[in-house]
Amino acid sequence: MSDHEYQPSSRLGKWFNDRLPLLTLSNHLQEYPTPKNLNYWWTFGGILTFCLITQIITGIILGMHYIAHADLAFESVEHIMRDVNYGWLIRYVHANGASMFFLAVYIHIFRSLYYGSYKSPREVIWIIGMIIYFLMMATAFMGYVLPWGQMSFWGATVITNLFSAIPFIGESVTNWLWGGYSVDNPTLTRFFSLHYLLPFLILGLVILHIWALHVPGNNNPIGIDIKKPSKDTVPFHPYIVIKDLFALLLFLIVFAFFVFYSPNILGHADNYIEADPLVTPAHIVPEWYLLPFYAILRSVPDKLLGVIAMFASIFVLVILPWLDTSKVRSAIFRPIYKQFYWFLVADVLILGYMGAMPAEGAYLIIARVATAYYFLHFLVILPVLGKKEKTLDIPLSITEPVLGGFPNQAATKNKQNNRENL
Amino acid sequence: MSESDKKKPNRRDFILTATTAAGAVGVGAAVWPLIDQMNPDASVKALASTEVDISGVEPGQSITVLWRGKPVFIKRRTQEEIDSARSVDLKDLKHPEKDEDRAKNPEWLVMLGVCTHLGCVPLTDKGDYNAWFCPCHGSHYDTSGRIRKGPAPTNMEVPKYVFLNSKTIKIG
Repeated sequence: MSDHEYQPSSRLGKWFNDRLPLLTLSNHLQEYPTPKNLNYWWTFGGILTFCLITQIITGIILGMHYIAHADLAFESVEHIMRDVNYGWLIRYVHANGASMFFLAVYIHIFRSLYYGSYKSPREVIWIIGMIIYFLMMATAFMGYVLPWGQMSFWGATVITNLFSAIPFIGESVTNWLWGGYSVDNPTLTRFFSLHYLLPFLILGLVILHIWALHVPGNNNPIGIDIKKPSKDTVPFHPYIVIKDLFALLLFLIVFAFFVFYSPNILGHADNYIEADPLVTPAHIVPEWYLLPFYAILRSVPDKLLGVIAMFASIFVLVILPWLDTSKVRSAIFRPIYKQFYWFLVADVLILGYMGAMPAEGAYLIIARVATAYYFLHFLVILPVLGKKEKTLDIPLSITEPVLGGFPNQAATKNKQNNRENL
Repeated sequence: MSESDKKKPNRRDFILTATTAAGAVGVGAAVWPLIDQMNPDASVKALASTEVDISGVEPGQSITVLWRGKPVFIKRRTQEEIDSARSVDLKDLKHPEKDEDRAKNPEWLVMLGVCTHLGCVPLTDKGDYNAWFCPCHGSHYDTSGRIRKGPAPTNMEVPKYVFLNSKTIKIG
């Protein structure tokens, strides 16, 4: 991947590197040529890595004190909060860390949507990212069940019942998921086991995500192919490392605000009541980061079709690289797409709000319109827009608009292609 | 040395050092809770003392109670055992301690029933001194619980305890 063959300076380093080229990898990560115009929206990759590591570390620690048993789980969480040294801090970091993780991943995904980072040649990066996102939702859901409060129990009941919508085998599948005829101790212990496993799968996929990124290199705000290394790039270390660290610091201020000043604002008070299989809470909603999907689920009147719509809303994202037919990546040069992009952002926010409201009256109507628009955006607007839209002129290189042009073969070729396509 | 001494630190060096130092303090402060969580927690510390009723213990008898997860021997010694413990020359001991210091009330010996070699529980009224003998690696203790023979390095530990009244001992 590096343009030159790396040689360690010390003899020991060379001996080791010949046997396991870790130093070559480390050198690649430092020198990795990065577009010099990356803005702060590009710092969320590093922030997400931090979030994952934080969740794994705090999670392993909570696992030392938590007891995965229907009779003891709720009490063991209170034990963590009251008795364990700094247990309250570690649990609040883990619980709010999940929200922070999703906040960062949504910004990361919407950055990709704006700047067209999912397009060729980065489709595999995008698909791996979508798998990570899906596993994150599964992990977060199962983690929320572990404290065995009322919301844990009824959230688990509602989500696992989604599978009962499958024709013919639905009931057997849900019984298989539960290990019984309702959510109970066998469900809790398997969720704990999987909640511990999945983050490590995510970590493996993150490594693949970064590996796949390092093959074509980063996209950038103007979305052009750049020559690497060139005047358009800077080495990853120290330039991007310092920028990422600074952004992480700002992100940590928000994180710390939630942990120290409003640790329960993103949760539900009902989850401080121990699980009771005989009483469902009056108003049951998932965690905020799942609300748009919950709104899509509820806006379809048929049980099976609702479940299909919900999973389809994630699946359209997976095939997005082939739904968006435009050859121009960045929304900066796509004036019409830029508007539809913000419509989509608003649509998802509306869906999220509707997911938190009761499914009745005007809320339900708005949720249905928003659901229809969501699919319209991906299945109709993007394929048509890519063919019809009149895009703006793309600069030859990152430096060209400022300094008046450095010959850049790849960018020139790209530009010609684009003009031919229009 | 003289080469680098000549180079005056500039503002960048200062900022780098200050930032690194502040970062190191911050990371340290963030890591400490992650380490401290493994220390005994409040619910464990709450069980740090035990009260024992000793009214039923006859001279020569010994009882074993659990304190902080470990056995504690409470031995009501006979006059012979006290005499034998107090007549020993300190020069003969591997870990010299007076019996008067180990048992303030000579009739009652209270100590952790844990061999100081590798943590086994010694057997009572066994061994060369007819007191305590550890079956794991053959350490012999005398009637004051002091190591006399074998691999254990020190005498069995005497915990903090007080006689709340003539019938009750509070350990810890």
